[in-house]
Amino acid sequence: MRKKTRGVYASKMKRATHMLFYRRHQKPGVKGWELHKALGVDYPKVLSILDDYLKSLDLQVKTVFEEEKTPAKKPSIEELDKARFYITLRGDLTPKETKMIGWRIDDLAGLAVTIAHIISKKGQAPRKDVEKLLGEKLPGWKVGLNLDRYIRYGYLQQDDNDKLYLNWRTRAEVDEKALINLLLRSEAQTTLPSEASDEENDEEGVEEQEDSEKL
Amino acid sequence: MQSEKEQKKFGREKLQRIIEMCTAIENRTVDPFLLDVDSIIKVVQEYFPQWEEADELNLDSEAIHHLASVIKLQSEWVKHCSTSLYTDPFLLEEKITQASKEEMLSVFLKAWHPLVEMEQLSINSLAAAMRYWDGLVPIKERWPDLDVQEVAIGTASREELVKQRVLGDKIFSEELEGYWQELKDTVNEKGSDGKILYWDFIGADTYEDTVERAFLTSFLITYGYATLEIHPLEEEIFIKPFEKLNTKILTQQSISIPIAVTHENWQKWKRGELD
Repeated sequence: MRKKTRGVYASKMKRATHMLFYRRHQKPGVKGWELHKALGVDYPKVLSILDDYLKSLDLQVKTVFEEEKTPAKKPSIEELDKARFYITLRGDLTPKETKMIGWRIDDLAGLAVTIAHIISKKGQAPRKDVEKLLGEKLPGWKVGLNLDRYIRYGYLQQDDNDKLYLNWRTRAEVDEKALINLLLRSEAQTTLPSEASDEENDEEGVEEQEDSEKL
Repeated sequence: MQSEKEQKKFGREKLQRIIEMCTAIENRTVDPFLLDVDSIIKVVQEYFPQWEEADELNLDSEAIHHLASVIKLQSEWVKHCSTSLYTDPFLLEEKITQASKEEMLSVFLKAWHPLVEMEQLSINSLAAAMRYWDGLVPIKERWPDLDVQEVAIGTASREELVKQRVLGDKIFSEELEGYWQELKDTVNEKGSDGKILYWDFIGADTYEDTVERAFLTSFLITYGYATLEIHPLEEEIFIKPFEKLNTKILTQQSISIPIAVTHENWQKWKRGELD
């Protein structure tokens, strides 16, 4: 790359970083057309360079296409303009790390169960059914509060008929396919000896969490 | 042996039941595969030669229409089952119920990539905020106390309110329907692809009339008579009338779109600079 071109891309990358990391609207993330306007028609290339750069920091530029229509081939500029871009974690968190970002094990497990249940019901499930499912392992008073919290954070949405659907944050943050596959294989995975030590560590975290809950 | 009249009556009842069953499936209260389509088609075929009256034929076509909807739902279900995201809900539910909280957490953390965002003040934004504060006129000067004279309480007639333009001379819903018709006529006359530029519709000879038209247009959109089509890159806003009143809009979560109808914009539109 020539020096001048490199300079142009470096400056565009800075601009993209500012736009993507700092929240500009009520919802996080930036629409493709906003990036198009600010960075020019080659903004997908700028994002790809930024994504490469973020790899070493375990972050990524995540693209969420409109209405979950992920194109089968290379997306066109029109499709990208309508998509929304976010910065998300590239790898995964350990249970201890989740506490640092303000999630309790109960709440996160509840969210996992809710998302998996809604996916299995073709993307919509009556709130009552989800409440019943969560109520098997969570205290009754907490079930409603948790569901309202997931809705407030943008993981779920609820319609007038009290049906729950997945919302923008789930589409941005959760690899739905991986979640279902992992859940179906969960039994085999937890018995793998290589993961036993990790699990012990995780359980330590869980006990700590539960102790604090008792207090 | 049943008389022809009785047979017809029996057939009509059967079609009614088929329609009810199909409607229940369409409303997602019943599994679409509970309906044996082949046997239903046989029933419809069996009674078809007896239908002579228009309402009987209507009933027959209604049953076929609903049956087609059920077949469509069955096909959607099969398509969903063939996608990689499909999992047997019972199997998944079983897994969810059996898994401990820790197992659920460990699985979820492998598929969860939370968003990263920052909130931070910069020296530039602080400096800009300080400049803004310095230039801000004190609230007492911005909102001076209004010198309102005390007036005795009285009554106003409808005519007086109409004269003072507090009330319109027509019932609002009638006015809105008339305005909707005007939009449809204007689109047919001057628009293309069933839509017209927002300013070309609301723009009038005087600024007051333009504001009034923008006010009424906002109700056309809110109440489901028309919709807006926004092209952000071209910075164009079109208004598109619905052929029939779309009441579904009232039940959906709506968003507000602010459009500045300023005197300056109106003048630009008059000069033909706003397209």
